[in-house]
Amino acid sequence: MPVDVMIVDDSAAIRKILHRVLLQADVPLGQVIEAGDGVEALEKLKTAKVGLILSDINMPNMDGLALLGALKSQESTRDVPVIMVTTEGSSSRVMEAVNLGASGYVRKPFTAEQIKEKLAGLL
Amino acid sequence: MTHEKLVSFIRSSTRDVFTTMLGLEIADGQPFIKEEAPAPSDGVLALIGLAGRWAGSGTFSCTAPMAMRLASQLLMQPYEAINEEVLDAVGEITNMVLGNVKTALEEELGPMGLSIPTVIYGRNFTTRSIGRSKWTVVPFYLDSEVIEVHLCIAPSKDPGAARIHREHPAAVLSIE
Repeated sequence: MPVDVMIVDDSAAIRKILHRVLLQADVPLGQVIEAGDGVEALEKLKTAKVGLILSDINMPNMDGLALLGALKSQESTRDVPVIMVTTEGSSSRVMEAVNLGASGYVRKPFTAEQIKEKLAGLL
Repeated sequence: MTHEKLVSFIRSSTRDVFTTMLGLEIADGQPFIKEEAPAPSDGVLALIGLAGRWAGSGTFSCTAPMAMRLASQLLMQPYEAINEEVLDAVGEITNMVLGNVKTALEEELGPMGLSIPTVIYGRNFTTRSIGRSKWTVVPFYLDSEVIEVHLCIAPSKDPGAARIHREHPAAVLSIE
């Protein structure tokens, strides 16, 4: 069954790259929804249901860790796996994301294969 | 934090971004120290701020044709003019280059925050820094065209600073 995926990143370039990787990946992909920050993501998730979220950390308005916290505190999104795709590579940031409930962590720059590996484990 | 270490972090991070995300091999230029933030007389320049116990600014600059080439490599489509997508691509390349430099710096200098990149495109613009810190300038060459990464970092006057402060080295632009 196709899975809808949300990409959250303030860079349109990264959203485009991740969208392309999703299309190339061997996963049952449904609709791909894009958001530029955590606020926009939460707004879109009021009406859209997704099976996976790929999110940046450093974003304006609401960053990826705040978004992750909000998603895990809501009944409707608590069980949606979230993969952080970010330049934030320090072990403290990785641990923070894992403690908040992130299902995966990919450091930028990334290869398509790294993203596909994470997807394969979750979809 | 020594100039040599900064050069090493910048080279490693920039090479990683170029090979992984752009599929391009770049050659090292001769790094140097400059008192003021140098800027191209025209082209594309992206600025990013670092804040923490140490604070500063970093820039990534190149010519307009190089910016279009980098965006084309990143997004796998041709660009023949500077537009929002090209500027966004340069901003993201800068974010990745300096974000990974920040991660390396954090091992020695403690946690830092990274600002959202600001990208400027124009002609006859100059940059200057507020503060007296020295800039580490690391040039790279791609088919004889130069790309430069500049970084200026110094101990913060306010160790608890969580945001970029005016007293820390920062770049200011004036467009003539």
